[in-house]
Amino acid sequence: MPAGATSPAPGGRAWSAPLSGRHHEPTVFEYSSPGRRACSFRTTGVPEWDPDELLPAEHLRAEPAELAEVSERDLVAHVTRLTHRQYSVDLGAYPLGSCTMKYNPKLCDDAASLPGLTGVHPATPAAQAQGWLELLWSLSDALCRVTGMHAATLQPPAGAAGELTGLLLMRAWHAARGETRRKVIIPDSAHGTNPASVTLGGYETVTVPSDRRGLVDLDALRARLDADVAGIMLTNPNTLGLFEEDITAIATAVHSAGGLLYYDGANLNAILGVTRPGDMGFDIVHMNLHKTFAVPHGGGGPGAGPVAVSERLAEFLPGPLPSRRPDGTFEWRTPARSIGRVHSWHGNALALARAWSYILSAGGDGLRGVADAAVLNANWLRHRLRGVYDLPYDRPNMHEFVASTASLKKQKGLRAVDVAKRLLEEGFHAPTVYFPLIVEEALMIEPTETESLETVAALADALIAIAGEEAGVGESAPRTTPVGRVDEALAARRLIPTWDAAVAAGETA
Amino acid sequence: MGNFVPHTDRDIEMMLADIGLDTLDDLFAAVPEALRLAGGLDLPAGMSEPDVAAEMERLAGLNRAGSDLVCFAGAGAYDHEVPAATRRLASRSEFVTAYTPYQPEVAQGVLQALFEYQTMVARLAGLPVANASLYDGASAAVEAVNLAVGAKRRQTVWVGGGLHPHWRQVLATFASGTGHRLVDIPLRDGVTDWSAAPDGEAPACLLVASPNYLGAVEDLAAARAAADRHDALLVAAFDPVSAGLLRSPGDLGADVAVGEGQPLGTPLSFGGPYLGLFACRAEQVRRLPGRLVGRTVDREGRPAYVTTLRAREQDIRRERATSNVCTNQTLIAVACMIQLAWLGTAGLRELALRCARGTRYAREALLSIPGVSLLASAPTLREFAVELPVPAQVAVERMAEEGYLAGVPVGVEGGVVRDEGDALLVAVTERRTRAEIDGFAACLEKVVR
Repeated sequence: MPAGATSPAPGGRAWSAPLSGRHHEPTVFEYSSPGRRACSFRTTGVPEWDPDELLPAEHLRAEPAELAEVSERDLVAHVTRLTHRQYSVDLGAYPLGSCTMKYNPKLCDDAASLPGLTGVHPATPAAQAQGWLELLWSLSDALCRVTGMHAATLQPPAGAAGELTGLLLMRAWHAARGETRRKVIIPDSAHGTNPASVTLGGYETVTVPSDRRGLVDLDALRARLDADVAGIMLTNPNTLGLFEEDITAIATAVHSAGGLLYYDGANLNAILGVTRPGDMGFDIVHMNLHKTFAVPHGGGGPGAGPVAVSERLAEFLPGPLPSRRPDGTFEWRTPARSIGRVHSWHGNALALARAWSYILSAGGDGLRGVADAAVLNANWLRHRLRGVYDLPYDRPNMHEFVASTASLKKQKGLRAVDVAKRLLEEGFHAPTVYFPLIVEEALMIEPTETESLETVAALADALIAIAGEEAGVGESAPRTTPVGRVDEALAARRLIPTWDAAVAAGETA
Repeated sequence: MGNFVPHTDRDIEMMLADIGLDTLDDLFAAVPEALRLAGGLDLPAGMSEPDVAAEMERLAGLNRAGSDLVCFAGAGAYDHEVPAATRRLASRSEFVTAYTPYQPEVAQGVLQALFEYQTMVARLAGLPVANASLYDGASAAVEAVNLAVGAKRRQTVWVGGGLHPHWRQVLATFASGTGHRLVDIPLRDGVTDWSAAPDGEAPACLLVASPNYLGAVEDLAAARAAADRHDALLVAAFDPVSAGLLRSPGDLGADVAVGEGQPLGTPLSFGGPYLGLFACRAEQVRRLPGRLVGRTVDREGRPAYVTTLRAREQDIRRERATSNVCTNQTLIAVACMIQLAWLGTAGLRELALRCARGTRYAREALLSIPGVSLLASAPTLREFAVELPVPAQVAVERMAEEGYLAGVPVGVEGGVVRDEGDALLVAVTERRTRAEIDGFAACLEKVVR
């Protein structure tokens, strides 16, 4: 809206129309009104030199970088309206398979907001940051106890970063033994990050198929093992929610071939206090603290992906690591043959603080209770869906299971995506769909331990009702959400990644 | 013990009966007996909420921060004001407890916030496209190098000697997997001397930070010219606060701009979670790492947002993906967007100016101390390095006793900056008052005597 127009820009309007889903929310740029501002600064008494007294003119920009010019009230209203167009765990169940969208205890939010944690500069000398070093050391120690490993790095900021760190540890270990191995084996049911990380780790992916049970085909694995295999990456329970019962035989086979076992901790929630990757024979383990240890997902991060290793790999860990001195104080130490840093500083420290407060709260018994309830919920839900959806692997599952609409699709065209969009209308987040890739029309469902029997029952009722609907109902869903089904193809064909691109394409307020 | 499992004993009994089991242990029949953990986890019993709070407060109390240790440290992590509006809005649980926006119809809030973030980052970088965030500045640099290597099909990368030493270390760590060859180009008087680049294989890209680790503003035009001589891409690391005053990387010819977004809306947080900024030219968009939000329409033609160009990503392309990034730093990106909107067009410029004024005032104050001299004479904006009569580590320790985080020890070896050494890297933000700077200088004069 040009300055001086008779109709004012939408700035300052306190309306809640976006709540109803009938209106879209303008961008913050459309609220902009020249000269309006929200910011204020501390009174410092520092001399007020001009820019050209401070820097050579050739470095200075001619015009300020245009952002937005809004009042604080406009900004707060805008962002609050955006939150009203967003589903979250705090609103309702989020049964996204392999994502472990459990409730995030509020005490962890408070813990991670303490000024004595948030205000500390990462280069503060260890003597002035003893609380942080103790926290990180304690968390490392607890994670090693949970996984049955010897030592851990907390630097990787997400699961995929943990995977790559683990693969580089694998590479360093083989290199130290004078070996160059080129291949890493992953199952066909693995998360997409696994093969992507394998490539970045400098390895070639070799896929091992799943057998009829939904587990790693042991004979096929043995046939792929040779002196060129650096190791195998496994998720256990796997992405079908099934425990790899042959894990000990797998470990023996891989170790006999001189390889290492990498544990993708995406599904660690299922086995807390029941069994440990270290006991299964794994050498390297990454954890997703934003899954198992209740760090909230933030709409897609920040997470934390610590990596724990067995004793023989500890000297290669990224450094520096928090270490306890005999006198009980803490210092930074870098392992002798460290692969080097994988983060600018010490990892996503506040996410680590949240996880530590969660572990303190739950304790050893509480963590076992997490696994019990998570596995109970998932099995109970699978039983409720039997006979309604296909259950391609209808056997006792762990924290999640995979259903399919393959038969319903044949009968009346009901696809996994339609079920997902209908569930949104019923007030639930959708499950993970079309994954794992080995199941047609897959619905990967993980209720988590924090949803009550009543919630899981309501989710089951909704899924059963959707399966019973007339052909075509699902295709027009969702109708009650802030926007209807989104045209993803158009977004890719006519890329508009910024408001400036939208304006250039002819879109205006 | 914290109780976040809602099941009553009766619920458990009913549910077990429904699925034909007797005990909770029966749920784990698939786990071989030999692998079962006897005796449970070797961890203390759970604690009540007030007890957890007390323990966390004890740990926080063992750190020194805020007015107890007035911050003159920078080195890529800056003590800026985070206003109440940013803190309150970015901690709203609709953002905090959402997942990655896989179902766009119920994730328009996060998606639109990211779209606005991408717009602001692209504008600051002077480039047309920005992604939805990476982990931190170092990871953004790694991804930029991977992009350049893929685009140019060359394995060599020239790295300006003023790059953050931790970023340089992270690059080296990941290069052990990708096989990239990192060649350090030395500094001369604080800025990269591209004429000192070696003969040999042409690089895929030149990677240079401006301002660099020593705070010096680099000559990006010279870097662009050097890149052109070798048909290489130019990757520039920029500081989003300095961007309020400085010409943008895109304006100066960068193909890719990366940066650390922490200074905009995120507290120091002992180093994380921070925010990797990433922007590039349109011709590189299909190699863009991580998530990208695009604007589109829904079935009724209403504006809508969705993650797009998904075919680049790991869950679809698997071993041929451009990056393995999945979870990124969305919440920090949302905070950055809110902070930039709160600052506004004039506010970001004023923020940069205030940092530059405080930095000049502090530099003059420190240089008036006998025995203190500048490490390099190149122009600086928010940070500078000084040589002291005593080793920097000693000065930092003594200054801590006096209530100051004096800075970060730094050195230059073979023209490449290091995260240890006898010089001191000092940063001044808009939060530092004249009285604090005067006190800092007076104290430093005392401890280096």
